[in-house]
Amino acid sequence: MSSPFTPNTEEHRKKMLATIGMDSVEDLFKDIPEKVRNPNLNLPKAMSELDLRAYASELSSRNVSAGEYTSFLGAGSYWHHIPAVVSSIASRGEFMTAYTPYQPEVSQGTLQVAYEFQSMICQLTGMDVANAGMYDGSTSLAEAALMACRVTRRNKVAILNSTSPLYTDVLDTYVQAPGIDLEIVEEGHMTLGDEIACLIVQQPNFFGYLEDMQNLANIAHDAGALLVVSVDPVSLGMFNPPSDYGADIVVAEGQGIGVPMSYGGPYVGIFACRQEFVRQMPGRIVGKTLDTQGKEAYVLTLQAREQHIRREHATSNICTSVALISLMMTVYLACMGKQGMRKVAELCYHKAHYAASLISAIPGFSIVEYGTGIFFREFTVRCPVPPKEVNQSLLEKGIIGGFDVSEYSENGLLLCVTEMNSREDIENLSDALREIGES
Amino acid sequence: MTSPLFSKLEQESRKLLMDRTVEGRIGATLPDLDVPEFDLPPSNLIREDLPLPEVSEGEIVRYFTQISQYNFSIDNNFYPLGSCTMKYNPKLNDLVASMPGFSNIHPLQDDATVQGALQLVWEVQEYLTEITGMAGTCLTPMAGADGELAGMLMARAYHLDRGDDQRKVVLIPDSAHGTNPASAVMAGFTVKTLPSDSEGNTDLDALQESVGDDLAGLMITLPSTLGLFDRNILEVTRIVRESGGIVYGDGANLNALLGRVKMGDLGFDVIHSNLHKTFSTPHGGGGPGAGPVIAGPRLVDYLPSPVICRENIDGRSVFKRSNPGQSIGRMGAFQGNFGVLARAFTYIRSLGGEGIRSISDDAVVNANYILERLKDSFDLPYERVCMHEVVFSARNLKNNCGVSALDVAKRLIDYGVHPPTMYFPLIVEEALMVEPTETESLETLDTFIDIMRTISEEAHSNPELLHDAPHFTPNTRLDEARAARFPDLRWRPSHEDSE
Repeated sequence: MSSPFTPNTEEHRKKMLATIGMDSVEDLFKDIPEKVRNPNLNLPKAMSELDLRAYASELSSRNVSAGEYTSFLGAGSYWHHIPAVVSSIASRGEFMTAYTPYQPEVSQGTLQVAYEFQSMICQLTGMDVANAGMYDGSTSLAEAALMACRVTRRNKVAILNSTSPLYTDVLDTYVQAPGIDLEIVEEGHMTLGDEIACLIVQQPNFFGYLEDMQNLANIAHDAGALLVVSVDPVSLGMFNPPSDYGADIVVAEGQGIGVPMSYGGPYVGIFACRQEFVRQMPGRIVGKTLDTQGKEAYVLTLQAREQHIRREHATSNICTSVALISLMMTVYLACMGKQGMRKVAELCYHKAHYAASLISAIPGFSIVEYGTGIFFREFTVRCPVPPKEVNQSLLEKGIIGGFDVSEYSENGLLLCVTEMNSREDIENLSDALREIGES
Repeated sequence: MTSPLFSKLEQESRKLLMDRTVEGRIGATLPDLDVPEFDLPPSNLIREDLPLPEVSEGEIVRYFTQISQYNFSIDNNFYPLGSCTMKYNPKLNDLVASMPGFSNIHPLQDDATVQGALQLVWEVQEYLTEITGMAGTCLTPMAGADGELAGMLMARAYHLDRGDDQRKVVLIPDSAHGTNPASAVMAGFTVKTLPSDSEGNTDLDALQESVGDDLAGLMITLPSTLGLFDRNILEVTRIVRESGGIVYGDGANLNALLGRVKMGDLGFDVIHSNLHKTFSTPHGGGGPGAGPVIAGPRLVDYLPSPVICRENIDGRSVFKRSNPGQSIGRMGAFQGNFGVLARAFTYIRSLGGEGIRSISDDAVVNANYILERLKDSFDLPYERVCMHEVVFSARNLKNNCGVSALDVAKRLIDYGVHPPTMYFPLIVEEALMVEPTETESLETLDTFIDIMRTISEEAHSNPELLHDAPHFTPNTRLDEARAARFPDLRWRPSHEDSE
């Protein structure tokens, strides 16, 4: 069959088979046992680009998307403005269609970007070293727990109960097989035994509020455990970096920084730590070195940690990760820079507080505070009716509502406000909630 | 490339963003605050300094564009990197993934508001299940190794459910990718290496001796990383299954088998597929990928969560996320790398059944053509028909001219070709693993063959030329030992350098 992706014609194939010394393509597959060879393949027929584009477009139009609707949904994935430069650079074939940079002489573009990425992650988080990226924030957190166990030679991890339940689920998947115990702890009632490898804290927490990190850091360190912080990188435009309160490992979901929501992926997991743990890190790390002429260049380094060298003794099985998404994040941080990151954070902060002030004035609705009660761009609202119903009514008014957290907080609705929500959007939300409260 | 003017510009392009910073420059605009300003939190929570670049938009675009030129890529180069299936990545794939109705949807939206996305994901699930002849697919693993981990966690859960907690040993052939043993260990198993026989198949005697009550399973790549279809495969899966083990298939090399054989018919219990290899999604310089895990009847209930189900409600298809009965849990916070799945969906629908089948035919013809035309210049460790890739050895060049596989690989760069995979699989001395893929034309293959023959001649006539290669890249060979000994992993202000 001819397709635009396969240049060789029947004539070519004949000529090549003659060179190979075979009569037919079939002859090349004779190592496959005959009884299972050439099965039926029940797949749809090929589509032309025109038809397929129309079909895909039709599928995409069946979704309710942010932009078409206004959205107040966060809880781990965020709607932010992305400068046009980001997709323009990230869609360059030189970056997009290259492989992992195993051959550094022909991969300096990818490698230099990774070094920039690692640098900016260190600058943003205040940590000493960062790797070139993990799959997403949740797997980054799980790998941090495994690393803490290696570093401390302990076999139990504690996670604060205000961490994302989705992240806790992923952590649970990762720790069971190696026999690591997972303990969910509550602030105020916490005694960490001397078998705990790390205390994992999300900042701001899942419900939107800052935790008292200094206190939690002291609790962790007094027990000889590491402090693992799962931080919101956008919040770092204005809030203290985790290095300030003694974090040992910092992980984060980088999506809010230049990456579209894309129904959950691809995203980028940030992973940074103290210098002393660098050889226990999972994932790719890029370093600067010299070539044979003494010129500076970049290369994959500390590979003695990795699966292709150490096999069953590697620090992780990760191989392909998310280089292109790290590039998007790097370009975004370059565009936003020092001033833009601060401004995005402040826009989120003030708009979220404006929304909270309007909503808390609506009869039947109240703000529920967790942690320190100080919030960034998310906060939890107690609704007079089940949040599911609230969201349904909002949807009918062209608003994607918040995340239903009623499983954890009575009639709780987690709302998120970013620079994408105008004053009018916020006031429309407030008006809609008032109507729901009154009905 | 050696003109002084060029090298000056090139040097400029290597300057990092922080070293380009000029206070006050901005690279983006944002709207003014349109709501009242609220009090900021106590100042001890607010950061004093935010050390990020200050550069203008045009500088940013030029910088990234310049350094992009230092990459080899599929769009610009023949890239026969064995085991990586570097095929052409159709552009329609990217267009579909970036449609606003796909890129601007939130992973936690109610299922009723994302029916189009769920249908797309469900379709990909169904196609992969059909192509591989298995029972069910979960698309959430985010790369091949993540799919391996999911599959091995499923094997673990299966054994535990049957009270077989003594089943701890996973057999892995000596030719396997490093991710296999690493994933098996993360899933709580111990690894035992299985030798290959002289023809590159699994050594059946060694296998028989290794299976016992402690056998958890086997992880095997098909075709093997030697580019060979294991002629013993039916025996291998039978022996493992009869001993109570699970057969895991690493689908990295699935590009050889599409429409020619289904892994399910060969006795595999669980496999993964790399969508960024077989299904043409771009590799991105090291991801993102997607590594769906695909299960046979014994393990389908253990798939990760969520999977997408189709229900018929009032004659209408309704799609929803659901958790398999014995699910091992979540592999990631959400539903996997949807943007990658949308690309694979577009690819499969572009080609249809007939087109999917022709992929493997052309991939295998191309590899055998290279094998045939280069076997006089480079040593062939296994003299038999190969599948989608061919592994040569440079051991004769090494012995006769002192030229290594590395030298050959680096010299190829001078001719504008990305090197093959080197020194892998580990069981072949001075290995050079060439995977042309189906998207390369006969003309390109002939050019490559000419280049390889030339290099082989150069190895005899002028070995120094190869030792010093590459000659025309921005950097010559790098000092990797220095990078590991004195790790320099991030930018620092220049005054700190002198400390």
